[in-house]
Parts: sequence; C-alpha cells; structure tokens
Amino acid sequence: MADEKETPIVLGTTVEEPLDLIRLSLDERVYVKMRNDREIRGRLHAFDQHLNMVLAQAEETVTRVEMDEESFEQVYRQTKRTIPMVFVRGDCVILVSPPMRGS
Amino acid sequence: QLFFSFFKTLVGKEVIIELKNDLSICGTLHSVDQYLNMKLLDISVTDQDRFPHMLSVKNCFIRGSVVRYVHLPSEHVDTQLLQDATRKEIASNKK
Repeated sequence: MADEKETPIVLGTTVEEPLDLIRLSLDERVYVKMRNDREIRGRLHAFDQHLNMVLAQAEETVTRVEMDEESFEQVYRQTKRTIPMVFVRGDCVILVSPPMRGS
Repeated sequence: QLFFSFFKTLVGKEVIIELKNDLSICGTLHSVDQYLNMKLLDISVTDQDRFPHMLSVKNCFIRGSVVRYVHLPSEHVDTQLLQDATRKEIASNKK
C-alpha cells in the first residue's frame, strides 16, 4: 500500500460496515430489540461502536409471560412507558432496525 | 469517548439511572469516567421505595456495567451536536 495522506475524516455516504447502516438512521425513528424481552422505539440521536445510544421520545415495551392460576394458560402482558430522552447502554442491545410498524 | 464527553456536559444536572436490577436512582450527576461509571449526589430511589436498601445513602458510585438506562433532561441535550459527534466518532473508529 502506498503511503498517502488521505483527507482526515471522510464522512462519506459509502456503506461498508453494519455501523454505517445504523448511521443512516440518525435523526430517524428506530426500533431496538433488547435483552430481557424489552423493545424500544425512539428517535436515534447518538450511538457508538458498543451500541450505546441516545434516543428521544422513546417508548419502551416490556413483555412478560404471566401464568393464569385457574386456567393454567400463559398470558403475554406488555407494559409500555415513554421516556423523553434516554441513554441506553449498548450491552443490552440485540438489534437496531428501522421501525417495523405492523400495519 | 463520545458518551464520556456527552455525560461530562451533564455534570450538575439531575438524572435518573435505571440499573439492570430494576432499581431506579434519581440524583445529581457529580462525575463520570471513561467506563461511564457515575457518581450521583443527593440520591433518592424513584419508582417505589420498594428498595429500602438505600434509605440512609446520600451519594453513590455506580459501576457503568450495571446501568441499563439513564433518563436525561431533554432540555440539556443538544441533539444536533450529538448527531454530528456521532458521525465523526463512527468515521474515526473505522480508520
């Protein structure tokens, strides 16, 4: 490889690595699947290589399986809450994607 | 490095740190380090005082790895700056 001085920081639009794919979603709403059956949707403002993130207008959904004592069925319960601005630690993150609205 | 700098801008502001064990602690951010360990002053346990372990505790040190979320005051967050800094951080991590 020739020793060349390249332009210091190339903020190109070339998508090379997975992190570049996430970069495309900056300032857009994203869907984040996390450990412990949690999901968050929010506007992505920042992230790093660990997938630490800052999301605005975030809605967290926690899914729990409850066992009905009488019918012995397993019922899925979802709890949601909104957080105006949140930092999410990357070690909880499983995946990041554009939002998958059902309909 | 990005989030280390980001949290430094929030020193002195009130935040809520939600831990992986579901404990939520409200307090004033006193300091942060490169591992995103944080020290909070004048803490109070939010959610429920379901967790009475900390009744007499005023200040605490929280290891970064046990944090799940940090609830931030949106008025003190510059989203434009964050996005620009993110683009630079990703670019500088690639080379």
